[in-house]
Amino acid sequence: MPRLVSHPDEVKIVSKRFGQGAADIDKYIELGGYEAARKCLAQGPDWIIEEMKASNLRGRGGAGFPTGMKWSFVPKQSPKPKYVLVNGDESEPGTCKDHLIFLHDPHSVIEGTIIAGLSIGSKMGFIYLRGEYRYLLEIMEKAVADAYAKGFLGKDIFGSDTEFQIITQSGAGAYEVGEESALMESLEGKRGVPRIKPPFPAVVGLYGGPTVINNAETIASVPHVINMGGAAFAAVGSPRNGGTRLFGISGHVERPGIYELPMGYNLKKMIYGVAGGVRGGRGLKAVVPGGSSTPVLLPEEIENLGMDFDQVGKAGSMLGSGGVVVIDDRTCIVEFALRTISFYQHESCGWCIPCREGTDWLKKSLTRFHAGFGTAKDIDNIRYLAENMMGRTFCPLGDAAAMPTLGFVKKFRKEFEDHLDGKPCPFAKHTEMAVV
Amino acid sequence: MSAETMSIFSPKVAARFDALVAKYPVRRSALVPMLLYAQDEIGYLSDAVIAEVAQRIGITELDVRNVATYYSMLRFKPAGKYNVQVCTNISCMLRGAYDVFEKFQEELGIGHKGITPDGTFSLEEVECIGACCWAPAIQVNYDFHDELTPDSVPGILAQYRRKAEGQ
Repeated sequence: MPRLVSHPDEVKIVSKRFGQGAADIDKYIELGGYEAARKCLAQGPDWIIEEMKASNLRGRGGAGFPTGMKWSFVPKQSPKPKYVLVNGDESEPGTCKDHLIFLHDPHSVIEGTIIAGLSIGSKMGFIYLRGEYRYLLEIMEKAVADAYAKGFLGKDIFGSDTEFQIITQSGAGAYEVGEESALMESLEGKRGVPRIKPPFPAVVGLYGGPTVINNAETIASVPHVINMGGAAFAAVGSPRNGGTRLFGISGHVERPGIYELPMGYNLKKMIYGVAGGVRGGRGLKAVVPGGSSTPVLLPEEIENLGMDFDQVGKAGSMLGSGGVVVIDDRTCIVEFALRTISFYQHESCGWCIPCREGTDWLKKSLTRFHAGFGTAKDIDNIRYLAENMMGRTFCPLGDAAAMPTLGFVKKFRKEFEDHLDGKPCPFAKHTEMAVV
Repeated sequence: MSAETMSIFSPKVAARFDALVAKYPVRRSALVPMLLYAQDEIGYLSDAVIAEVAQRIGITELDVRNVATYYSMLRFKPAGKYNVQVCTNISCMLRGAYDVFEKFQEELGIGHKGITPDGTFSLEEVECIGACCWAPAIQVNYDFHDELTPDSVPGILAQYRRKAEGQ
């Protein structure tokens, strides 16, 4: 069972029901659950979208797109049915926040899905969980069945004449399916390869109908936005970044875990205050701020860095999924880069050549490099390869592989050079054989 | 599926599949979960599984294979009764996942994608399983075990050995 942690600086909004047995529908109702959905049903779509816009809630999957604006893009009239998709394919290395939402507060996901459905005039929502999350899927399935039994889902939700159905869905192991159009392909029973955009999902999405797709944490935040009021939710965070985030701090810290902190919270404080500092009193070498696809930051870059989409963007990285991976001074960056790129090489769907070939060559180059068979030219080649993947693929996986690689090579060039001329890796125990 | 065709699945799973294909606006949406549930029962996607799933969905076997080969949890060869999946991605790696993986290799006498001779265990190095804050973590079939050290390995294996013997 994943351990829950706590810190006085936390502002518990999305996580306020964690550990309180709210997976039980009666407990959830007792804690104020489904009030937001009732209110939205009474207030209507335009009111919901205005509250969402006022909240400054931005997509928690990583892109940070304003949620209210996304919902407003869905055409009011559509000859095809409209859909709501909840992306619970959580697969970005360093990210495990949705894990806790599904485990402790599944009804918040259902309630958020209903509200999203009401706002766009949809009658059906899908909650898609990665295949590995079977026990969480079972919790979600039970929660959905309980919501049907209470009349919160079905032909006439909450005694109104409004219909809303929810279907839960399991993936079967594919990072790429976390990309919105690939998720739709998977949900349609196909290989999870991305679609060409435009058209965007808001116009042509699942089964060709207008579709809103949001990350599970975004959806779980929605009932809280409604209950608090959009403006109050926005006031918790930093400018243009409303509310809190479930930051997942992992790696070399004393107290790893999921902490809910206001948007804009200082990263250095997050590591040294909230998570107890670097494990064993060691020095900090680098931080990956938002899942493995976000470029690495150096200790001097986090001093005054507020963790919101805009500030981390300005610092040359991304807030991404909020998965903060802390790396101590005894870690080999070349090995870390290799493990990162190995993942993207494994997960590239092969649809776009720059990504398929680029990730493979980056992995080969880094494997050889880490084994001590690299040449000075390889460092520039790695950089050249990565630069030529950027922006040249249908979906962001190519960028997700290239961006962190560029960060490692640019910021730790010296460490790459230390591996040259057959020198053994100064840090790692686990040196792989060169396969090139 | 027609009444005269025998299902290779248990009545319970067959009934679940009947419900599954009816639940979506489009029948084919049942494909990915159906393959996973089929694998849970049969152990892997055998030719017979592919054929029956194709028939139930109403698509060709080639279509089913085309989709099935995409997803990393789906396999075309049997695994052990308990499939040990060790995450070695970054958050787990930083906290000693490779030491845990090595300990499993040592204890089981098999490597990546290996199966023990008695068929009880198989071992896999896998990508991120979404337990980064409780690293290093593994899954045995669908069960999570987290905050591991190499010392916790023998106990976990003993627990599943007892389970295997009890059945």
